[in-house]
Amino acid sequence: MWKLLQIELFKIFKRPRTYIAFGAIAAVVFLIQVALKFDGKSYIDLLMSNLKDSFDFNDDFKLDLLNGYLICFVILNTLLIQMPLLVALISGDSIAGEANMGTLRLSLTKPISRTQYMLVKFLASVIYTVALLIWMAVLALFGSMLIFGTNDMVVLRSEGIEQIQSFDVMWRYIAAFGYAAVALTTVSALSFLLSVFAENSIGPIIATMSIVIVFTILSEMNIPIYDQTVKPYLFTSHMVAWKGFFYVKADAEGTTINGSIENLPAIMRSLSILLIYIGLFFGSAVWVFRKKDILT
Amino acid sequence: MMEKMCRLIPGKAILMLAIIPLFAGYRSMTSTPEEVIANVRAKLDKVNDYEASGKMKTNVIFIKAPIAKVKVYFKKPNKLRINNESGISFIPKGSVNINLSNIFLNGTASFDIIDVGNEAGTNLRIIKLLPKDENSDVVLSTLYIDEAQSLIKKAKTTTKDNGTYELEMTYGKYAEYGLADKVIFSFNTKDYKLPKGITFDYDDGSKKEQDPNKLKNKKGKVEIVYSSYSVNKGVSDTVFR
Amino acid sequence: MSSIIQVKDLNKDFGEIKAVSNLSFSVPAGQVYGFLGQNGAGKSTTIRMLLTLIKPSSGTIQIFGMELQKHRKEILRKVGAIIERPDLYKYLTALENLRIFGIMSGIKISEKKLMDQLAMVGLAERAHSKVKTYSQGMKQRLGIATALVHDPELIILDEPTNGLDPQGIADIRNLILHLKKDLGKTLVVSSHLLSEVELIADSMIIIDKGKKLVEGKVNELFDPSETVVEVKTINDEIAREKLKASQLGEFILSKRNDAVLLKLHREQVPVVMKEMVQMDIGILSFHSKHSLEDYFLSLTTANQYVETVAN
Repeated sequence: MWKLLQIELFKIFKRPRTYIAFGAIAAVVFLIQVALKFDGKSYIDLLMSNLKDSFDFNDDFKLDLLNGYLICFVILNTLLIQMPLLVALISGDSIAGEANMGTLRLSLTKPISRTQYMLVKFLASVIYTVALLIWMAVLALFGSMLIFGTNDMVVLRSEGIEQIQSFDVMWRYIAAFGYAAVALTTVSALSFLLSVFAENSIGPIIATMSIVIVFTILSEMNIPIYDQTVKPYLFTSHMVAWKGFFYVKADAEGTTINGSIENLPAIMRSLSILLIYIGLFFGSAVWVFRKKDILT
Repeated sequence: MMEKMCRLIPGKAILMLAIIPLFAGYRSMTSTPEEVIANVRAKLDKVNDYEASGKMKTNVIFIKAPIAKVKVYFKKPNKLRINNESGISFIPKGSVNINLSNIFLNGTASFDIIDVGNEAGTNLRIIKLLPKDENSDVVLSTLYIDEAQSLIKKAKTTTKDNGTYELEMTYGKYAEYGLADKVIFSFNTKDYKLPKGITFDYDDGSKKEQDPNKLKNKKGKVEIVYSSYSVNKGVSDTVFR
Repeated sequence: MSSIIQVKDLNKDFGEIKAVSNLSFSVPAGQVYGFLGQNGAGKSTTIRMLLTLIKPSSGTIQIFGMELQKHRKEILRKVGAIIERPDLYKYLTALENLRIFGIMSGIKISEKKLMDQLAMVGLAERAHSKVKTYSQGMKQRLGIATALVHDPELIILDEPTNGLDPQGIADIRNLILHLKKDLGKTLVVSSHLLSEVELIADSMIIIDKGKKLVEGKVNELFDPSETVVEVKTINDEIAREKLKASQLGEFILSKRNDAVLLKLHREQVPVVMKEMVQMDIGILSFHSKHSLEDYFLSLTTANQYVETVAN
């Protein structure tokens, strides 16, 4: 099993296309960092525009606000929406790509059960996803901490501001990246499932993206008839729950409670929904694949 | 002489406890509001600059903020800076007013002094200051003064543009300089709302309680508890940059 | 002689289409077994069923005396295969490909052995080149190396000479004979080129439209007393009609655009020739064929003819 996993990883990391995703992440992170380094103040002005009548925002304040923790949050906000494409690039190719190359039929004549084959393939996609996130964490979090320094983290929500002391931030990022790994694994499992049905990788990649885009639009729309009926069941609604780790509790006087999470049960519920989706997608993929006649 | 009288009062006060309601109004008439203000100012004027350490608590309905360790710097005439030593703090506009001498910045001659008498149930003398300059942002300041100590315990300032500020002071070790151990600064805040399209909030599905009073309460409060002052030791201009 | 593969009443339907129908055969140990049929005859479907790539609709497959479905891993560990084109990971080198399929076959294999394997198929010098730089023949040889990397007892080669030049075909043929004679392997080789199989196979099966036409030893199957006669006439249509009208109609094989085919016993040939002359069929040439190719053709086209008539 471990040997087979090594083979899969070897195959993934020997392919040039694997590095497209790493390059893309580096490029986006770099571009956001450069933009905020040189024009961060106007970005803060934009975000704080309806507070400037009540509060004093001097340049020092803006610089403090624009620290590595906030930059990473901004990057995650932007990038985690695009990440499904990068994940689908590999997991959508996982089975379909082998079918397309003609290596699937050869691999399946080897003394490996199809379930085991799927498990190894899927695990390899998950490891790739985690590697992408680690890469992103290195660039977006540690890179930004290096460039912008650290300070208290201020998270803007539509109805309030959360301020977290700098020593209370890192564990939240670890939790958030962990959660993001599960969220992206859901996308990975979806494109993996689609990959079973296809004979080239373009189909599953595009289909995954289409599903993610449509679901995300439904998740973000505020239409009352969808709010309670459809939205709670879409996996995309739960993919952003990593942000929940940056929503803190406050005492009666509005003072942040260090180490607190505003609504941990909600995050856990979202996490379980994603895990159910992963199980469902992967389970169906194995079920279909075990019955499938290999004609390619 | 006024000060001497004031020092005598605590002793007498015990005797007069039972008849305060009767005599309170009378006693306050012993000094004119101008004198009271002058005494307060005199105390405040002793301070040229200070550097104070303390803890700041922000209580604004839409902000969850940690308690901050702050340094407050002041320098005559009206330079004030609140620095968060280890993090970020949202400093409300008008926070310069936590320095009480700011009220008298343009000199006592620049406003009309109206004596309202003592606050019912306390020995605080209420004096209103009306700026003579029609263009002044401050429309009205109401001071609640502990005459005996020449300390402003409470101040309400109504401005044209920035609503009403309220200050509440508790004094201790630094009372002789008119410097409070604890200041509560209340101010008006505007509505806060960012479009979800910018924030991409995680909607955890919980119903936010729609308490109408909570939403209407747009007062923010900043509370600073000072642990120490270093008065008149000189403060560099660079901190006010 | 024991059977390595034993197939009984094998069926495979793809929806309405019957790809394989009641197929039974057995492959003797230590032989080259030819699996013959035209394109679309059901060869590939059958071979894929032997390799568990396709699930049979019904029937049983036993390999090494074990039920294939139940002992899949155990059996596949001792089987090597190429299915159609041997497609490999083009972005990897030959050595990397070989190593991957070696590990997947469940064996530990040293780098030296891998290189030996490549040397056997003549690719040692290009071991570190990416497969995308390989010619079709080189890919084919590498495919065979991957099929043999775990030293299997049974080797299944589906159309191994497809797309190769004559030299490539000869190389593969020699390799197959080497594997049988020198290493004692059992091989199943499918092809639509009878001339190829004729040269290497000991036994064979011929299938058409998913059904077995005939199975047996190559030298026994081929009845030297039977022959296919190819008659070219001035007008094949008229010739065919005249033949059908006579008692000679039963000998006609299917339509062919450029000739009339008759299946005859050797002693019938001169008689038929004489009768045709008497019927005033304008004969241009009268050619008696005598190879496995013709035999195959006669079987499959006869089958087609029967079906055409039935329809």
